[in-house]
Amino acid sequence: MAALEELEREYRRARRDRNFRGELRELLQTYAGRPTPLYYARRLTRKYRGARIFLKREDLAHTGAHKINNCLGQALLADRMGKKRIIAETGAGQHGVAVATVASLFGCRCTIYMGREDMERHAPNVSRMELLNAEVVPVDSGSRTLKDATNEAIRDWVTNVRSTHYIIGSVVGPHPYPIMVRDFQAVIGREARTQIKRREKRLPDMVVACVGGGSNAIGIFHRFIDDTAVKLVGVESAGNGLNTHLHAATLSKGRPGVLHGSLSYLLQDRHGQVQATHSIAAGLDYPGVGPEHSFLKDNGRVDYVSVTDAEALRAFTELAEYEGIIPALESSFALAYVRKTARKVMSSAIIVVNLSGRGDKDLANSSVKRSLEQTKARPGKNNKNGRAGKTRAA
Amino acid sequence: MTSIAQTFASCAAKKRKALIPFLTSGYPDQKLFRRALDQFVLSGADIIEVGIPFSDPLADGPVIQQASQQALTAGVTIDRTLQSLRAANSSIPVPLVLMSYYNPIRAYGLSRFAERAYRAGVSGLIVPDLIWEEASEVEQVCRDHHLDLIHLVARTSPPARRKQIIRRSRGFVYLVSVTGVTGTQQTFSRGLTRWIGKVKQESPLPVCVGFGISTPAQARELSRAADGVIIGSAIINIVRRTNGSRKTINNIGAFLHRIREGIDHE
Repeated sequence: MAALEELEREYRRARRDRNFRGELRELLQTYAGRPTPLYYARRLTRKYRGARIFLKREDLAHTGAHKINNCLGQALLADRMGKKRIIAETGAGQHGVAVATVASLFGCRCTIYMGREDMERHAPNVSRMELLNAEVVPVDSGSRTLKDATNEAIRDWVTNVRSTHYIIGSVVGPHPYPIMVRDFQAVIGREARTQIKRREKRLPDMVVACVGGGSNAIGIFHRFIDDTAVKLVGVESAGNGLNTHLHAATLSKGRPGVLHGSLSYLLQDRHGQVQATHSIAAGLDYPGVGPEHSFLKDNGRVDYVSVTDAEALRAFTELAEYEGIIPALESSFALAYVRKTARKVMSSAIIVVNLSGRGDKDLANSSVKRSLEQTKARPGKNNKNGRAGKTRAA
Repeated sequence: MTSIAQTFASCAAKKRKALIPFLTSGYPDQKLFRRALDQFVLSGADIIEVGIPFSDPLADGPVIQQASQQALTAGVTIDRTLQSLRAANSSIPVPLVLMSYYNPIRAYGLSRFAERAYRAGVSGLIVPDLIWEEASEVEQVCRDHHLDLIHLVARTSPPARRKQIIRRSRGFVYLVSVTGVTGTQQTFSRGLTRWIGKVKQESPLPVCVGFGISTPAQARELSRAADGVIIGSAIINIVRRTNGSRKTINNIGAFLHRIREGIDHE
């Protein structure tokens, strides 16, 4: 496609351009708030009784997730190409908010495609996008989630390609997107590596990140790929369980296939039709995965595992309870893996978890609400008689 | 000479423009699909294009998306499509062209697919999400099994890219009339006919234009410059409007008759 050739050309040029790199660095520092801190989670470490847990605080980046890193880079590119309209797909709404944000910043018109089901799950982010002057278009086709929003964004792009730049939110899609998005996200791993070396005088033993399309994971892994002693773990969503049909564990259960312009592992039936996925985390609810992750799985450099929705919800509430940090549900899948693993490794070991986003957006999610009810009802130290709400009333 | 080339040769001899109706396989159901193909022939189709349904039809607008989804729900697969085409083959004297997105034929096995398609009487293949840079494997398989792989040219394709696509195409070159997805257009952008004329000059193969054509007037206008017109969404809209009733086949016939008149009266 001609527009992809144009984009690749412009990106190659920009990458070598000192002005472009300078502008991006300045925006990342002064607008997005980089570098984000690497935080030692002392109470969580004690609770999980094992390896020391460090959190890379992408949740503290502007708009509340790592998505802004890629959006600033691509918005600068769109500006160079003279494109005055920006479109995007979004799942949880984190990417949509980041895109709407950079569209405001650069004075571009903005349209965000979002599955109807996801709009309901993430109403607060819909309001944020609208406040940022973006038009949010509900997508009713297919499974009404991220995959279908991506279809619709691609259809818009081919229709309005002359005036419009499409900011894909993950390391998926046709070339050059997977490479370009990875490069823009690699700042996460570069910072984390420097930070842990400065603090601990050594590299971590393990780096963990959740994988939907896989941009936050590639972002933190990339700088560690050559550090072969560092174990890299990508955590997919097993939804209700890998033995059910309701999951989004592409690398565990998929077969190679082509969706949205790249060849990668894909959840599909035997006829090559793309399967419906399920994850409590809308940002992981995607049947494909970035092609580089498929490569890293096949060559064995990264371990890909999965945890269930229930395990992720537990990790979600525990991080809030023990550290005063409300993680995004997506990031909670990485935390849930750490929860299971931390005690199995030496207590001198260091685990870095990419806390890719914050979880305010998830509070409207009905599964989260239910889980909070259950937590309140559970006998615990904050609620000695074990019944929610009864203490004070009595 | 392939059957598609023969068709265009005889069209050229008769100064006739090719009419290429499209229908999604098994839509709205197997029986009406078969009858619609027969009606296409009766209404003067020169080539028939059949779409294999896909869960994520990126190049299609809402009309074909919905038809595709309905066909999938009814259990239409590549095997079923080839079965019904093989059965219909004897009554269809014109070349058949299959349209499929890449993933279903990849999952089926490219060479297995091409071989069986050829045996079912298929002459050509269109893969709308296959760019020429990635097409060599499919091209080879199509050559091995005597299928013409038809590439698409968009209006946004710059000259160098366009030349590549024309060079790699077999059977005919598919010109995409709109910048966008399939559907029905009220009007086409200015300069479309001039563009078609330019591509036709560059192309040793016939050029056919599709995406968005829904009226005899549009078909006439575009067929002045092109060698043929492809009509899909407008036909599926007739099926939807008539709700798959007895009127469906008659209305398709009447509609294609008017299109035929449009492109014949030059």
